Amino acid sequence: MHQKNAATAKLSIEDVQHVVRLAKLPIEPSRVPAFHEQLQSVLSYMSGIQELPTTNVPETSQVTGLTNVLREDVIDTKRMFTQQQALANTKRQHNGYVLVNAVLEEA
Amino acid sequence: MLVDTPIAILRKKIQDKQVSPEEVITDCYDRIDKIQPQLNAFISTVQKETVLKKLKVHAKDMPNPAKPLAGIPFLLKDSYVTEGIRTTAASKVLDDFVPPYTATVCQKLEDAGAILIGKMNMDAWGHGGSTENTDYGPTKNPWDVSRVAGGSSGGPAAAIAARLASFAIGEDTGGSIRNPAAWCNITGLKVTYGRVSRYGCIAYASSFDTVGPMAKTAEDCALIMEVIAGQDPYDGTSSPHPVPSYRAALGTISPQKKTIGIVKECFGEGLDNEIHAAIDQARNELESMGCVVKEISMPLLRYGLPVYYLIGPSETSSNLARYDGIRYGNGREHFTPETMRRILIGTYALSAGYYDAYYKKAQQARTLFIRAYDEALAQCDALLMPVNPTPPPNIGELMSDPLANMLADVYTTSQNPVGVPSLALPCGFTKNNLPIGMQLVGKMFSEDLLLALGHAYQHATDWHTRRPTLS
Repeated sequence: MHQKNAATAKLSIEDVQHVVRLAKLPIEPSRVPAFHEQLQSVLSYMSGIQELPTTNVPETSQVTGLTNVLREDVIDTKRMFTQQQALANTKRQHNGYVLVNAVLEEA
Repeated sequence: MLVDTPIAILRKKIQDKQVSPEEVITDCYDRIDKIQPQLNAFISTVQKETVLKKLKVHAKDMPNPAKPLAGIPFLLKDSYVTEGIRTTAASKVLDDFVPPYTATVCQKLEDAGAILIGKMNMDAWGHGGSTENTDYGPTKNPWDVSRVAGGSSGGPAAAIAARLASFAIGEDTGGSIRNPAAWCNITGLKVTYGRVSRYGCIAYASSFDTVGPMAKTAEDCALIMEVIAGQDPYDGTSSPHPVPSYRAALGTISPQKKTIGIVKECFGEGLDNEIHAAIDQARNELESMGCVVKEISMPLLRYGLPVYYLIGPSETSSNLARYDGIRYGNGREHFTPETMRRILIGTYALSAGYYDAYYKKAQQARTLFIRAYDEALAQCDALLMPVNPTPPPNIGELMSDPLANMLADVYTTSQNPVGVPSLALPCGFTKNNLPIGMQLVGKMFSEDLLLALGHAYQHATDWHTRRPTLS
């Protein structure tokens, strides 16, 4: 994938609309320009990070120093839900199932 | 006022049956009735009758050495799940969510006998530094109710300042314990990443989030830490590093000859004069306690905000993707504009075409920060920094400018990406009687040293004993 030169690329309205879709945020088109302006100002400040010399500097994604933290493959009943607990907070259920919007169309 | 008593003394009085837990709880609820309407610190209050009933069951238990916090009332920032008690993270997305399980930190405290009495207001999902980005109305600063309490743990801070409970558990991802502690005149500890289990803590940025105590004193915080610190099999990021006796450390670790580094980049333009003066005074106090103070330089600190505000939102965009209203909660249209902004920034920074320039660059910068702190802490036992650049603003001021809102976090955002602990302590007041706090930053797992320094400082000063006047 071609990396855009983010140091010179300006955030466009289309970029914001794209990101709104990726993030599954229900934002009406009329509200996008305000977000665009705010995001532009924040990102332009954050772009200062480009100045830092990071050649050959490894990324840090976590600071614990731990790796492969495992547990025994046994059932912990203290962390199991009954069906009732699992359904207790859902707004839409049917016969013990959680309802979701259909993602497949009928043929 | 029973709840103003240090925890060490209060717990002994309860264990010795000089004071009954019912008296303590009743004291708290009387104050909550009068003060909560003025501060709006609570989102959910546990019913007094429920608590009193629970106390009756445990009464025969006392004295009980296995319950070091028996009868001590506490509060939880509403980002900790509690089985059967509504937990909202201050967002309408979880307005009616009743968790089916309890966070480890809460379970440990209840197993130690502590009594939960409230779920507290906060910036939703941890997104904010003023407890204004909440769907439950802002929390007011008890020292001046036209001003913010700070955030994102503003509810807990305001409540402890107003003496509504003995202690609270807040959460710090970029200053969220330290900021409100400083603006409300209480003590707050951002622990080393992994020191306290995050199981049941509603995640903001999973590699930054820390769970920590907020109380009137460093000594109180030490007692709470003895209960909550330690590895948890339910949290794969929690550390196996041994837990010292924090209480004992207060007596055995001396401030004598400890080197305190003053980071000069933190004391330039942008720092309020009164805050600067108060910290100068604290520095003199530390010297007269026997510490050696030296000036050091950390030029990288000016990039602390971008590192935090690129990685934090990236992690939050991922963590908040789970809130789809299907198995629990309400739809994503209920996110506030500030939360949506952070999700958008994070999604953008992670997206194809921008990932290298933003997220990857920030993670590399994070490595540079770790090296910078290692270097600074190799020369010093702790670093002294301000917490907030200004006194608490008026309600509404920060929310009107998203960028200004972020810039207010300048002193507290570099510690979380690195993982180092920091203790926020009261160190003075402005001429308008608004609290000023400072922070002592230490090496990984140096909470015992920080608490010992804080305890010694609180012996030599009395800022932390001052209380706001509330009718």
